[in-house]
Amino acid sequence: MWQFFHKLGSPKWFYGISTRLMPWLLVIGTALLMAGIVWGLAFAPKDYLQGDSYRIIFIHVPTAFLAQSAYIMMAVAAVVTLVWRMKLADVFVKAVAPVGLVITFLSLFTGAVWGKPTWGTWWIWDARLTSMLILLFLYGGVIALDRAINDEKSAARAVAVLVLVGVVNIPIIKYSVEWWNTLHQPATFKLTEKPSMPAEMWVPLLLAVLGMYLIFGWLACIRMQTEILAREQKTRWVKDLVMAGRH
Amino acid sequence: MAFDSFSAFLTMGGHGPYVWSSYGAFFVLMAALMISSLRRRRAMLDACRRNFMCQGKEPGRADRPAATFTRVEVSQD
Repeated sequence: MWQFFHKLGSPKWFYGISTRLMPWLLVIGTALLMAGIVWGLAFAPKDYLQGDSYRIIFIHVPTAFLAQSAYIMMAVAAVVTLVWRMKLADVFVKAVAPVGLVITFLSLFTGAVWGKPTWGTWWIWDARLTSMLILLFLYGGVIALDRAINDEKSAARAVAVLVLVGVVNIPIIKYSVEWWNTLHQPATFKLTEKPSMPAEMWVPLLLAVLGMYLIFGWLACIRMQTEILAREQKTRWVKDLVMAGRH
Repeated sequence: MAFDSFSAFLTMGGHGPYVWSSYGAFFVLMAALMISSLRRRRAMLDACRRNFMCQGKEPGRADRPAATFTRVEVSQD
């Protein structure tokens, strides 16, 4: 177990294993996402109340899920950075923050565009929407703080602390639809109950969510590889890697 | 198929602009994110390779003067 943990912390080992993993993540992720989207857009039945605008759900929910999950993953990595000083955890936080920013923006944007025909407004300062906006700012803050500090170790620690402080926002997003009166509908998927929508709607949605997670995995891998190369560019294994087949 | 015709699919029962602008933003931003991540890694690999190539071509220490001096004329008056 400890040996595995130790290996996991080795950038060289990670580079090798992620290179082998990435084609699978990309191919299966794209296939699942496209299957979910095509099914949802063209074949899923129309919603009796919202009409066809509800079809935005097949990208809105995957991006909203991932926006929060990515932050939770960053928070776990931040704990690992602070407690065990594992470099790879810090690499993960830096690689994933910009992805989280884009995904959170997409969930806000698709939500606003969905809100217009459904609620009659693009935006409203209610609990769910405002806490998601704070999540967007947290991702932005993590990126800005990391860029503002030149020293790698200080930056890693400062960013980890910021990520951990911001994690308080996650349960607020999660429970905002139950704690406050809101226009936003309650959770689509719950672990303990069957979804309230018919299978022709939630199966494609589940496919799109899974595909999104795999594509996120691919993005995390490739961006972590870039960060690892930047940090280890003087080392022997990077030399062997980039000079392979060249003289 | 939930639609009778392709044009019905495009209009989405009057919600076409909302649905298609959402999906458009989604695909454009996701593609941009994926392509820029790929290009950044490629650029980083190229930069590493260039560094190692330059090191390889550098002449050995013996061939090079230990230091180079440049005379700088400074007016004293």
